[in-house]
Amino acid sequence: MTVVVAIGTRKGLWLARSEDRVTWQVDGPHHAMQEVYAVAFDSREGLRLMAGVSSPHFGPGVSISDDLGATWEESSTPPIAFPVDDAALERVWQLQPAPASQPGVVYAGTQPSALFRSSDGGRSFEFVEGLWNHPHRPEWEAGFGGQAVHTIVPDPVDPDRMLVAMSTGGVYRTADGGKSWEARNKGIKAYFFPDPWPEFGQCVHKVAQHPALASRFYAQNHHGVYRSDDGGDTWQSIAEGLPTDFGFAMVVHPHDPDTIFTFPIEADGRRFPPEGKCRVYRSRDAGSSWEALGEGLPDAFWTAVMRDAMCTDDAAVPGVYFGSRSGEVYASPDEGDTWHQVAAHLPDVMSVRATVIPT
Amino acid sequence: MKVTVLIPGVLRNATDGAAHLDVDVPDPATLGAALDVLADTYPALDRRLRDEQSTLRRYVNFYVNGEECRRLSGPATPLSAGAEIQILPSVAGG
Repeated sequence: MTVVVAIGTRKGLWLARSEDRVTWQVDGPHHAMQEVYAVAFDSREGLRLMAGVSSPHFGPGVSISDDLGATWEESSTPPIAFPVDDAALERVWQLQPAPASQPGVVYAGTQPSALFRSSDGGRSFEFVEGLWNHPHRPEWEAGFGGQAVHTIVPDPVDPDRMLVAMSTGGVYRTADGGKSWEARNKGIKAYFFPDPWPEFGQCVHKVAQHPALASRFYAQNHHGVYRSDDGGDTWQSIAEGLPTDFGFAMVVHPHDPDTIFTFPIEADGRRFPPEGKCRVYRSRDAGSSWEALGEGLPDAFWTAVMRDAMCTDDAAVPGVYFGSRSGEVYASPDEGDTWHQVAAHLPDVMSVRATVIPT
Repeated sequence: MKVTVLIPGVLRNATDGAAHLDVDVPDPATLGAALDVLADTYPALDRRLRDEQSTLRRYVNFYVNGEECRRLSGPATPLSAGAEIQILPSVAGG
């Protein structure tokens, strides 16, 4: 079994390969000096690697490779462009292939906050007008990282249903293929507003779902860790047992809807792991209890893990991966029990995705 | 009228390697009009110079006869016959 990990950073993309998920060969940079906030593997037909790239000088785009980075393809015209006259693409924050039942469909979440849909595997995208025209949009604010749709969760079965999350704005859900959207933030606290329980405006950092249990979502918020068991209608805190409720990442085990991973950060005002110790937290009971995972991970780790910088692969015994602002990447071959360093001294890691290469 | 556009090395993969491009600009000839003409032939160059609203990218400089266009009239800067437009990435990043 060969696993490949795509590591998107502020200055390019690196690819790491391993047969045992313990020792790694790393090559890069691809797209040197370009920010890579979004990476995705699309294994529905062959294996396609997609990267949301952005040059500080020459702007954003989407680059595609069908040979694991040996060659890259980028369209001559902008693959994502706002068809309205008051916005222009600043950055691609998320690339999300739809389920296998919708081959070729890929969604992109952007800054400013918008959703785009591709039906040609990510080569070109169409604007999802319904979300842009939402009456709440003028009140969506920019977080420190910018105002962006950073999370896209297509329903595993129904192509008309989807959840997106944005900072700030919160969680929105459609049931009609993107024509109309409803805010779905009941129970998610927005402590930074005079009314901390608004309909929308929450700073949700990441939402994750297991495809076998479409009614359940997990969310890491800007303070607050939540679970919804009713498709996002209501959210309950699952932060008890964690050392802190702040963080960015939220990842679901690929084969077990009850197992989730997160990387707690002390607080909004102290964006370090608690006590500076690098620890992944795992729950095997849908957030009722948590355990710290640190075998092989360092102490004195004064950095943070961003919202898309943690993932799993899709092996039978899945690996877990994360990268840090300090350019370190770690892998666990055993669901988080033990960890090994994949790479160090890279630029700030913004996105990490992993997959088993089909044989 | 004809003007000349100088392409920096980093963007020549979008101009089939060309370092100089002669552009025939319709009246009224402006920097923006010259870029519109370029865009028809070299869309991959255009998307690196301007966003989808045709706004000049912030960290790309356009010197018209040696003067950066933002100290002139930006994309509306008028061009005279034989004008030279030099495109240069600005100093940015870390």
